[in-house]
Amino acid sequence: MKKIYLDHNATTPVDPRVLAAMQPYFSEVFGNPSSIHAFGREAKEALERARGRIAHLLGAREREVCFTGSGTEADNMAIKGVAHSYRNKGDHLITTQIEHHAVLASCGYLEKEGFRVTYLPVDGTGRVNPDDVRKAITDHTILITIMHANNEVGTIQPIPEIGRIAREHGVLFHTDAGQSAGKLPILVDELNVDLLSLSGHKIYAPKGVGALYIRKGTKITPLIHGGHHEHGRRAGTENLASLVGLGKAAEIAETERAEESERLTQLRDALHKKITDRIERVFLNGHPTQRIASTLNLSFAAVEGESIILSLDMEGIAVASGSACTSGSLESSHVLNAMGIIPELPPRSVRFSLGRTNTLEDIETVSEVLPPIIERLRAMSPLT
Amino acid sequence: MYSEKVMDHFQHPRNVGQLPDADGIGEMGNPVCGDIMKLYIKVRDDRIQDVKFQTFGCGAAIATSSMMTELVMGKTLDEAERVTRKNVAEALDGLPPNKMHCSNLAADALHKAIEDYRTKNAPPA
Repeated sequence: MKKIYLDHNATTPVDPRVLAAMQPYFSEVFGNPSSIHAFGREAKEALERARGRIAHLLGAREREVCFTGSGTEADNMAIKGVAHSYRNKGDHLITTQIEHHAVLASCGYLEKEGFRVTYLPVDGTGRVNPDDVRKAITDHTILITIMHANNEVGTIQPIPEIGRIAREHGVLFHTDAGQSAGKLPILVDELNVDLLSLSGHKIYAPKGVGALYIRKGTKITPLIHGGHHEHGRRAGTENLASLVGLGKAAEIAETERAEESERLTQLRDALHKKITDRIERVFLNGHPTQRIASTLNLSFAAVEGESIILSLDMEGIAVASGSACTSGSLESSHVLNAMGIIPELPPRSVRFSLGRTNTLEDIETVSEVLPPIIERLRAMSPLT
Repeated sequence: MYSEKVMDHFQHPRNVGQLPDADGIGEMGNPVCGDIMKLYIKVRDDRIQDVKFQTFGCGAAIATSSMMTELVMGKTLDEAERVTRKNVAEALDGLPPNKMHCSNLAADALHKAIEDYRTKNAPPA
Protein backbone atom coordinates (compact mmCIF):
# COMPACT_ATOMS: atom_id res chain seq x y z
CA MET A 1 0.00 0.00 0.00
CA LYS A 2 1.40 3.39 -0.99
CA LYS A 3 1.56 5.72 1.96
CA ILE A 4 0.32 9.28 1.53
CA TYR A 5 1.47 11.98 3.91
CA LEU A 6 -0.92 14.92 4.25
CA ASP A 7 0.30 16.30 7.57
CA HIS A 8 3.01 18.74 6.48
CA ASN A 9 1.79 21.39 8.94
CA ALA A 10 2.81 19.00 11.73
CA THR A 11 6.23 18.28 10.32
CA THR A 12 8.01 17.81 7.00
CA PRO A 13 10.60 15.29 5.86
CA VAL A 14 14.16 16.57 5.60
CA ASP A 15 14.69 17.57 1.96
CA PRO A 16 17.41 15.38 0.35
CA ARG A 17 19.30 18.56 -0.64
CA VAL A 18 19.21 19.67 3.00
CA LEU A 19 20.44 16.31 4.18
CA ALA A 20 23.29 16.38 1.66
CA ALA A 21 24.30 19.86 2.84
CA MET A 22 24.33 18.65 6.45
CA GLN A 23 26.31 15.47 5.86
CA PRO A 24 29.86 16.90 6.25
CA TYR A 25 29.00 18.59 9.54
CA PHE A 26 28.78 15.52 11.73
CA SER A 27 32.20 13.88 11.46
CA GLU A 28 34.30 15.90 9.03
CA VAL A 29 33.61 19.48 10.03
CA PHE A 30 32.76 18.91 13.65
CA GLY A 31 34.54 21.75 15.46
CA ASN A 32 32.94 23.85 18.16
CA PRO A 33 32.08 27.15 16.50
CA SER A 34 33.34 28.93 19.63
CA SER A 35 36.85 27.42 19.35
CA ILE A 36 39.56 29.64 17.90
CA HIS A 37 41.51 26.90 16.10
CA ALA A 38 40.99 25.85 12.47
CA PHE A 39 38.39 23.20 13.36
CA GLY A 40 36.37 25.77 15.23
CA ARG A 41 36.80 28.46 12.59
CA GLU A 42 35.55 26.16 9.85
CA ALA A 43 32.49 25.31 11.92
CA LYS A 44 31.91 28.97 12.72
CA GLU A 45 32.04 29.88 9.03
CA ALA A 46 29.40 27.25 8.22
CA LEU A 47 27.24 28.48 11.08
CA GLU A 48 27.47 32.08 9.92
CA ARG A 49 26.69 31.10 6.33
CA ALA A 50 23.51 29.45 7.62
CA ARG A 51 22.69 32.59 9.59
CA GLY A 52 23.22 34.63 6.46
CA ARG A 53 20.69 32.52 4.57
CA ILE A 54 18.07 32.98 7.29
CA ALA A 55 18.81 36.71 7.36
CA HIS A 56 18.35 36.83 3.59
CA LEU A 57 15.01 35.01 3.81
CA LEU A 58 13.88 37.62 6.35
CA GLY A 59 15.47 40.66 4.74
CA ALA A 60 17.28 41.16 8.03
CA ARG A 61 20.83 41.66 9.29
CA GLU A 62 22.75 38.55 10.27
CA ARG A 63 23.27 39.85 13.77
CA GLU A 64 19.48 40.02 14.19
CA VAL A 65 19.09 36.26 13.73
CA CYS A 66 19.33 34.16 16.89
CA PHE A 67 19.33 30.37 16.53
CA THR A 68 17.19 28.36 18.94
CA GLY A 69 16.35 24.72 19.61
CA SER A 70 12.81 24.95 18.18
CA GLY A 71 10.04 27.26 17.04
CA THR A 72 8.52 26.83 20.48
CA GLU A 73 11.72 28.04 22.10
CA ALA A 74 11.81 31.05 19.76
CA ASP A 75 8.24 31.94 20.81
CA ASN A 76 9.07 31.52 24.50
CA MET A 77 12.21 33.60 24.12
CA ALA A 78 10.43 36.42 22.30
CA ILE A 79 7.51 36.65 24.70
CA LYS A 80 9.17 36.03 28.05
CA GLY A 81 12.37 37.78 26.95
CA VAL A 82 10.53 40.99 26.05
CA ALA A 83 8.25 40.84 29.09
CA HIS A 84 11.16 40.46 31.45
CA SER A 85 13.25 43.15 29.74
CA TYR A 86 10.47 45.73 29.52
CA ARG A 87 8.76 45.04 32.84
CA ASN A 88 9.61 48.56 34.05
CA LYS A 89 7.80 50.02 31.05
CA GLY A 90 4.57 48.06 31.39
CA ASP A 91 2.87 44.82 32.27
CA HIS A 92 0.40 44.27 29.43
CA LEU A 93 0.57 41.95 26.40
CA ILE A 94 -1.86 41.48 23.52
CA THR A 95 -2.33 38.23 21.65
CA THR A 96 -5.19 36.25 20.08
CA GLN A 97 -7.30 33.28 21.10
CA ILE A 98 -6.01 31.16 18.21
CA GLU A 99 -2.25 31.20 18.78
CA HIS A 100 -0.10 28.10 18.95
CA HIS A 101 0.25 26.69 22.46
CA ALA A 102 3.88 27.86 22.51
CA VAL A 103 2.52 31.41 22.58
CA LEU A 104 -0.60 30.81 24.68
CA ALA A 105 1.29 28.89 27.37
CA SER A 106 4.07 31.51 27.48
CA CYS A 107 1.43 34.21 27.99
CA GLY A 108 -0.29 32.08 30.64
CA TYR A 109 3.02 31.69 32.46
CA LEU A 110 3.53 35.46 32.44
CA GLU A 111 0.01 35.97 33.82
CA LYS A 112 1.04 33.88 36.82
CA GLU A 113 3.97 36.28 37.26
CA GLY A 114 1.53 39.21 37.39
CA PHE A 115 1.49 40.32 33.74
CA ARG A 116 -1.89 41.04 32.13
CA VAL A 117 -2.75 39.52 28.75
CA THR A 118 -5.55 40.43 26.32
CA TYR A 119 -6.65 37.50 24.13
CA LEU A 120 -8.30 39.04 21.07
CA PRO A 121 -11.17 37.21 19.34
CA VAL A 122 -11.20 36.29 15.64
CA ASP A 123 -14.00 36.30 13.08
CA GLY A 124 -15.58 33.21 11.54
CA THR A 125 -12.70 32.85 9.08
CA GLY A 126 -10.09 33.09 11.81
CA ARG A 127 -8.98 36.68 11.11
CA VAL A 128 -8.14 39.25 13.78
CA ASN A 129 -9.53 42.74 13.27
CA PRO A 130 -6.65 45.26 13.37
CA ASP A 131 -9.05 47.76 14.98
CA ASP A 132 -9.42 45.37 17.91
CA VAL A 133 -5.65 45.42 18.29
CA ARG A 134 -5.63 49.23 18.27
CA LYS A 135 -8.38 49.40 20.89
CA ALA A 136 -6.64 46.89 23.15
CA ILE A 137 -3.41 48.94 23.36
CA THR A 138 -2.95 50.81 26.65
CA ASP A 139 -0.11 52.88 28.13
CA HIS A 140 1.06 49.68 29.80
CA THR A 141 1.24 47.51 26.65
CA ILE A 142 4.77 46.27 25.96
CA LEU A 143 4.24 43.50 23.40
CA ILE A 144 1.76 42.37 20.75
CA THR A 145 2.21 38.76 19.59
CA ILE A 146 0.04 37.50 16.72
CA MET A 147 0.77 34.53 14.47
CA HIS A 148 1.34 35.06 10.75
CA ALA A 149 -0.64 32.01 9.58
CA ASN A 150 -2.67 29.66 11.73
CA ASN A 151 -1.43 26.07 11.92
CA GLU A 152 -4.89 24.47 12.15
CA VAL A 153 -6.94 26.34 9.56
CA GLY A 154 -4.24 28.23 7.65
CA THR A 155 -5.79 31.69 7.90
CA ILE A 156 -3.32 34.51 7.25
CA GLN A 157 -3.43 37.49 9.64
CA PRO A 158 -3.11 41.12 8.47
CA ILE A 159 0.38 41.32 9.97
CA PRO A 160 1.68 44.41 8.08
CA GLU A 161 -1.33 46.44 9.21
CA ILE A 162 -1.10 45.28 12.83
CA GLY A 163 2.62 46.04 12.68
CA ARG A 164 1.90 49.63 11.62
CA ILE A 165 -0.50 50.03 14.53
CA ALA A 166 2.06 48.60 16.96
CA ARG A 167 4.72 50.99 15.64
CA GLU A 168 2.40 54.03 15.86
CA HIS A 169 1.95 53.24 19.54
CA GLY A 170 5.59 52.36 20.20
CA VAL A 171 4.73 48.76 21.13
CA LEU A 172 6.97 45.85 20.16
CA PHE A 173 5.42 43.34 17.74
CA HIS A 174 6.22 39.62 17.51
CA THR A 175 4.85 37.15 14.97
CA ASP A 176 5.07 33.38 15.00
CA ALA A 177 5.91 32.55 11.39
CA GLY A 178 6.23 28.82 12.01
CA GLN A 179 3.55 28.02 9.43
CA SER A 180 4.20 30.84 6.98
CA ALA A 181 7.97 30.50 6.54
CA GLY A 182 8.60 28.92 3.18
CA LYS A 183 4.96 29.48 2.16
CA LEU A 184 4.62 33.28 2.24
CA PRO A 185 7.13 36.11 1.94
CA ILE A 186 8.38 36.86 5.45
CA LEU A 187 10.41 40.03 4.96
CA VAL A 188 10.46 41.65 8.38
CA ASP A 189 10.35 45.21 7.03
CA GLU A 190 7.26 44.41 4.98
CA LEU A 191 5.59 42.67 7.89
CA ASN A 192 6.55 45.54 10.25
CA VAL A 193 7.63 43.13 12.96
CA ASP A 194 10.28 43.47 15.66
CA LEU A 195 10.46 39.78 16.43
CA LEU A 196 9.69 36.71 14.30
CA SER A 197 9.89 33.00 15.15
CA LEU A 198 10.43 30.18 12.73
CA SER A 199 10.90 26.45 12.99
CA GLY A 200 13.25 24.19 11.02
CA HIS A 201 11.16 21.05 10.70
CA LYS A 202 8.24 22.87 9.09
CA ILE A 203 10.46 23.88 6.16
CA TYR A 204 12.14 20.55 5.36
CA ALA A 205 15.05 21.07 7.77
CA PRO A 206 15.55 18.72 10.74
CA LYS A 207 13.68 18.87 14.03
CA GLY A 208 15.42 20.53 16.95
CA VAL A 209 16.34 23.86 15.33
CA GLY A 210 14.56 27.16 14.98
CA ALA A 211 15.37 30.84 14.84
CA LEU A 212 14.22 34.09 16.35
CA TYR A 213 14.60 37.35 14.48
CA ILE A 214 15.27 40.17 16.96
CA ARG A 215 15.23 43.67 15.49
CA LYS A 216 18.31 45.69 16.37
CA GLY A 217 17.73 47.62 19.59
CA THR A 218 15.16 45.17 20.99
CA LYS A 219 16.16 43.93 24.43
CA ILE A 220 15.63 40.26 25.22
CA THR A 221 16.29 38.60 28.56
CA PRO A 222 17.76 35.16 27.72
CA LEU A 223 15.91 31.98 28.65
CA ILE A 224 19.08 29.91 28.74
CA HIS A 225 22.17 31.15 30.55
CA GLY A 226 25.69 29.90 30.04
CA GLY A 227 28.39 30.78 27.51
CA HIS A 228 28.46 33.70 25.12
CA HIS A 229 26.85 31.89 22.19
CA GLU A 230 24.48 33.79 19.92
CA HIS A 231 25.81 37.12 21.22
CA GLY A 232 24.89 36.14 24.76
CA ARG A 233 21.23 35.70 23.87
CA ARG A 234 21.05 31.90 23.88
CA ALA A 235 23.72 29.80 25.55
CA GLY A 236 24.66 26.30 24.43
CA THR A 237 26.96 24.97 21.70
CA GLU A 238 25.15 25.41 18.42
CA ASN A 239 23.55 22.39 16.73
CA LEU A 240 25.87 22.84 13.78
CA ALA A 241 24.76 20.19 11.30
CA SER A 242 21.07 20.90 11.80
CA LEU A 243 21.60 24.65 11.55
CA VAL A 244 23.51 24.16 8.30
CA GLY A 245 20.40 22.22 7.26
CA LEU A 246 18.18 25.10 8.34
CA GLY A 247 20.26 27.49 6.23
CA LYS A 248 19.97 25.24 3.17
CA ALA A 249 16.22 24.80 3.78
CA ALA A 250 15.80 28.59 3.93
CA GLU A 251 17.67 28.97 0.65
CA ILE A 252 15.47 26.37 -1.06
CA ALA A 253 12.32 27.88 0.45
CA GLU A 254 13.24 31.29 -0.88
CA THR A 255 14.04 30.06 -4.39
CA GLU A 256 11.08 27.72 -4.79
CA ARG A 257 8.40 29.34 -2.65
CA ALA A 258 6.40 31.13 -5.34
CA GLU A 259 6.22 28.17 -7.70
CA GLU A 260 5.61 25.61 -4.95
CA SER A 261 2.85 27.71 -3.37
CA GLU A 262 1.11 27.88 -6.74
CA ARG A 263 1.41 24.10 -7.18
CA LEU A 264 0.11 23.39 -3.67
CA THR A 265 -2.78 25.82 -4.04
CA GLN A 266 -3.90 23.95 -7.15
CA LEU A 267 -3.56 20.55 -5.47
CA ARG A 268 -5.33 21.75 -2.34
CA ASP A 269 -8.22 23.27 -4.25
CA ALA A 270 -8.50 20.15 -6.40
CA LEU A 271 -8.72 18.05 -3.22
CA HIS A 272 -11.35 20.39 -1.79
CA LYS A 273 -13.43 20.23 -4.96
CA LYS A 274 -13.22 16.46 -5.32
CA ILE A 275 -14.25 15.98 -1.69
CA THR A 276 -17.21 18.37 -1.86
CA ASP A 277 -18.27 16.85 -5.21
CA ARG A 278 -18.41 13.39 -3.67
CA ILE A 279 -19.49 14.07 -0.09
CA GLU A 280 -22.41 16.17 1.12
CA ARG A 281 -22.36 18.60 4.01
CA VAL A 282 -18.66 19.37 4.14
CA PHE A 283 -17.65 22.72 5.61
CA LEU A 284 -14.41 24.61 5.08
CA ASN A 285 -12.78 26.03 8.21
CA GLY A 286 -10.56 29.03 7.65
CA HIS A 287 -10.46 31.93 5.23
CA PRO A 288 -11.54 31.06 1.67
CA THR A 289 -8.66 33.00 0.09
CA GLN A 290 -6.42 34.48 2.79
CA ARG A 291 -5.07 31.03 3.62
CA ILE A 292 -1.67 29.37 3.25
CA ALA A 293 -1.43 27.03 0.27
CA SER A 294 -0.75 23.93 2.34
CA THR A 295 -3.90 23.89 4.41
CA LEU A 296 -7.37 22.43 3.95
CA ASN A 297 -9.35 22.11 7.18
CA LEU A 298 -12.77 20.51 6.77
CA SER A 299 -15.65 19.55 9.03
CA PHE A 300 -17.87 16.66 8.00
CA ALA A 301 -21.37 16.99 9.47
CA ALA A 302 -22.21 14.33 12.08
CA VAL A 303 -18.74 12.79 12.06
CA GLU A 304 -15.97 13.19 14.59
CA GLY A 305 -12.40 13.96 13.50
CA GLU A 306 -10.36 11.22 15.15
CA SER A 307 -12.56 8.49 13.74
CA ILE A 308 -11.81 9.84 10.25
CA ILE A 309 -8.09 10.04 10.98
CA LEU A 310 -7.98 6.43 12.23
CA SER A 311 -9.92 5.23 9.21
CA LEU A 312 -7.63 7.05 6.76
CA ASP A 313 -4.58 5.82 8.66
CA MET A 314 -5.69 2.24 8.03
CA GLU A 315 -5.63 3.11 4.32
CA GLY A 316 -2.10 4.52 4.62
CA ILE A 317 -3.17 8.17 4.55
CA ALA A 318 -1.88 10.50 7.27
CA VAL A 319 -3.99 13.53 8.19
CA ALA A 320 -4.54 15.40 11.45
CA SER A 321 -7.30 16.70 13.65
CA GLY A 322 -6.48 20.20 14.80
CA SER A 323 -2.80 20.54 15.65
CA ALA A 324 -0.54 17.57 16.33
CA CYS A 325 0.25 19.09 19.73
CA THR A 326 -3.36 18.81 20.89
CA SER A 327 -4.56 15.69 19.11
CA GLY A 328 -3.34 13.61 22.06
CA SER A 329 -5.46 15.68 24.42
CA LEU A 330 -9.17 15.84 25.02
CA GLU A 331 -10.03 19.43 24.36
CA SER A 332 -11.75 20.39 21.19
CA SER A 333 -9.75 22.80 19.06
CA HIS A 334 -9.31 26.22 20.69
CA VAL A 335 -9.00 27.63 17.18
CA LEU A 336 -12.36 26.31 15.93
CA ASN A 337 -13.97 27.32 19.23
CA ALA A 338 -12.71 30.88 18.82
CA MET A 339 -14.00 30.93 15.23
CA GLY A 340 -17.43 29.75 16.42
CA ILE A 341 -17.56 27.01 13.80
CA ILE A 342 -20.95 25.33 13.24
CA PRO A 343 -22.24 26.14 16.72
CA GLU A 344 -24.89 23.41 16.68
CA LEU A 345 -22.23 20.73 16.36
CA PRO A 346 -19.26 19.89 18.56
CA PRO A 347 -16.32 21.52 16.77
CA ARG A 348 -14.51 18.69 15.03
CA SER A 349 -12.43 18.81 11.94
CA VAL A 350 -9.83 17.14 9.80
CA ARG A 351 -6.77 18.98 8.57
CA PHE A 352 -5.21 17.97 5.27
CA SER A 353 -1.85 19.72 4.96
CA LEU A 354 0.02 19.40 1.71
CA GLY A 355 3.69 19.69 0.90
CA ARG A 356 6.54 18.77 -1.41
CA THR A 357 5.82 15.03 -1.15
CA ASN A 358 2.33 15.31 -2.65
CA THR A 359 1.18 14.75 -6.22
CA LEU A 360 -2.13 14.93 -8.05
CA GLU A 361 -2.25 11.12 -7.80
CA ASP A 362 -2.28 11.41 -3.99
CA ILE A 363 -5.22 13.78 -4.22
CA GLU A 364 -7.10 11.33 -6.46
CA THR A 365 -6.48 8.47 -4.04
CA VAL A 366 -7.63 10.44 -0.99
CA SER A 367 -10.78 11.64 -2.69
CA GLU A 368 -11.64 8.05 -3.61
CA VAL A 369 -10.89 6.56 -0.21
CA LEU A 370 -12.67 9.22 1.86
CA PRO A 371 -16.35 9.00 0.74
CA PRO A 372 -16.98 5.40 1.95
CA ILE A 373 -15.28 6.24 5.26
CA ILE A 374 -17.56 9.22 5.86
CA GLU A 375 -20.57 7.16 4.78
CA ARG A 376 -19.72 4.38 7.24
CA LEU A 377 -19.15 6.79 10.13
CA ARG A 378 -22.31 8.75 9.36
CA ALA A 379 -24.31 5.53 9.40
CA MET A 380 -22.95 4.94 12.89
CA SER A 381 -23.67 8.46 14.17
CA PRO A 382 -26.70 9.47 16.27
CA LEU A 383 -26.44 12.93 14.72
CA THR A 384 -27.92 13.79 11.37
CA MET B 1 -1.88 4.09 20.82
CA TYR B 2 -4.93 1.79 20.72
CA SER B 3 -4.95 -1.98 21.39
CA GLU B 4 -5.73 -4.38 18.56
CA LYS B 5 -9.10 -5.07 20.18
CA VAL B 6 -10.01 -1.39 20.21
CA MET B 7 -9.08 -1.11 16.54
CA ASP B 8 -11.07 -4.25 15.73
CA HIS B 9 -14.18 -2.88 17.44
CA PHE B 10 -13.64 0.51 15.80
CA GLN B 11 -13.32 -1.04 12.36
CA HIS B 12 -16.00 -3.69 12.81
CA PRO B 13 -18.34 -2.36 15.48
CA ARG B 14 -20.88 -4.87 16.80
CA ASN B 15 -24.56 -4.02 17.06
CA VAL B 16 -24.53 -0.67 15.28
CA GLY B 17 -27.84 0.93 14.44
CA GLN B 18 -31.25 1.68 15.89
CA LEU B 19 -34.05 -0.46 17.32
CA PRO B 20 -37.30 1.02 16.01
CA ASP B 21 -39.30 -0.81 18.69
CA ALA B 22 -36.86 -0.24 21.55
CA ASP B 23 -38.15 -0.61 25.11
CA GLY B 24 -35.56 1.76 26.49
CA ILE B 25 -33.36 4.46 24.96
CA GLY B 26 -30.40 6.15 26.64
CA GLU B 27 -28.76 9.17 25.06
CA MET B 28 -25.66 10.65 26.63
CA GLY B 29 -23.30 13.45 25.79
CA ASN B 30 -19.82 13.25 27.20
CA PRO B 31 -19.20 16.45 29.17
CA VAL B 32 -15.43 15.97 28.83
CA CYS B 33 -15.11 15.84 25.06
CA GLY B 34 -18.56 16.36 23.52
CA ASP B 35 -18.94 12.81 22.17
CA ILE B 36 -22.53 11.59 21.89
CA MET B 37 -23.92 8.06 22.24
CA LYS B 38 -27.41 6.68 21.84
CA LEU B 39 -28.16 3.18 23.12
CA TYR B 40 -31.34 1.19 22.37
CA ILE B 41 -32.47 -1.89 24.34
CA LYS B 42 -35.17 -4.46 23.71
CA VAL B 43 -36.17 -6.17 26.95
CA ARG B 44 -37.96 -9.52 27.33
CA ASP B 45 -38.52 -11.18 30.75
CA ASP B 46 -36.21 -8.64 32.41
CA ARG B 47 -33.41 -9.65 30.04
CA ILE B 48 -31.71 -7.59 27.32
CA GLN B 49 -32.86 -9.42 24.25
CA ASP B 50 -31.34 -7.00 21.78
CA VAL B 51 -29.17 -3.91 21.98
CA LYS B 52 -27.96 -1.42 19.40
CA PHE B 53 -25.95 1.80 19.48
CA GLN B 54 -25.09 4.93 17.53
CA THR B 55 -22.03 6.96 18.47
CA PHE B 56 -20.54 10.24 17.38
CA GLY B 57 -17.04 10.14 18.76
CA CYS B 58 -13.43 9.11 18.59
CA GLY B 59 -12.10 5.59 18.04
CA ALA B 60 -12.26 4.83 21.77
CA ALA B 61 -15.85 6.04 22.02
CA ILE B 62 -16.96 3.82 19.14
CA ALA B 63 -15.01 0.79 20.42
CA THR B 64 -16.31 1.12 24.00
CA SER B 65 -19.87 1.48 22.69
CA SER B 66 -19.46 -1.67 20.62
CA MET B 67 -17.88 -3.65 23.46
CA MET B 68 -20.59 -2.54 25.88
CA THR B 69 -23.30 -3.96 23.63
CA GLU B 70 -21.44 -7.28 23.49
CA LEU B 71 -21.04 -7.42 27.27
CA VAL B 72 -24.72 -6.78 28.08
CA MET B 73 -26.42 -8.72 25.28
CA GLY B 74 -28.58 -11.45 26.86
CA LYS B 75 -27.94 -10.30 30.43
CA THR B 76 -30.65 -9.53 32.97
CA LEU B 77 -31.11 -5.81 33.66
CA ASP B 78 -29.57 -6.24 37.13
CA GLU B 79 -26.55 -8.02 35.67
CA ALA B 80 -26.21 -5.42 32.92
CA GLU B 81 -26.31 -2.60 35.44
CA ARG B 82 -23.33 -4.10 37.20
CA VAL B 83 -21.16 -3.86 34.07
CA THR B 84 -18.75 -1.02 34.81
CA ARG B 85 -16.64 1.19 32.60
CA LYS B 86 -13.67 -0.71 33.99
CA ASN B 87 -15.11 -4.00 32.67
CA VAL B 88 -15.48 -2.42 29.24
CA ALA B 89 -11.95 -1.03 29.21
CA GLU B 90 -10.52 -4.36 30.37
CA ALA B 91 -12.45 -6.29 27.75
CA LEU B 92 -10.78 -4.04 25.15
CA ASP B 93 -7.31 -4.80 26.58
CA GLY B 94 -7.16 -1.32 28.05
CA LEU B 95 -7.50 2.24 26.80
CA PRO B 96 -4.91 5.02 26.67
CA PRO B 97 -5.07 7.03 29.95
CA ASN B 98 -6.41 10.15 28.19
CA LYS B 99 -9.21 8.05 26.65
CA MET B 100 -10.45 6.39 29.84
CA HIS B 101 -13.23 8.98 30.07
CA CYS B 102 -14.68 7.56 26.83
CA SER B 103 -15.76 4.42 28.67
CA ASN B 104 -18.02 6.55 30.90
CA LEU B 105 -20.13 7.34 27.88
CA ALA B 106 -21.12 3.73 27.19
CA ALA B 107 -21.77 2.96 30.87
CA ASP B 108 -23.83 6.12 31.34
CA ALA B 109 -25.88 5.55 28.18
CA LEU B 110 -26.62 1.98 29.25
CA HIS B 111 -27.79 3.08 32.71
CA LYS B 112 -29.97 5.70 31.13
CA ALA B 113 -31.54 3.18 28.73
CA ILE B 114 -32.32 0.80 31.62
CA GLU B 115 -33.75 3.68 33.66
CA ASP B 116 -35.86 4.71 30.66
CA TYR B 117 -37.20 1.15 30.36
CA ARG B 118 -37.99 0.96 34.09
CA THR B 119 -39.75 4.33 34.11
CA LYS B 120 -41.89 3.30 31.15
CA ASN B 121 -42.66 -0.08 32.67
CA ALA B 122 -43.11 0.95 36.31
CA PRO B 123 -46.05 -0.83 37.97
CA PRO B 124 -48.94 1.60 38.41
CA ALA B 125 -48.80 3.29 41.81
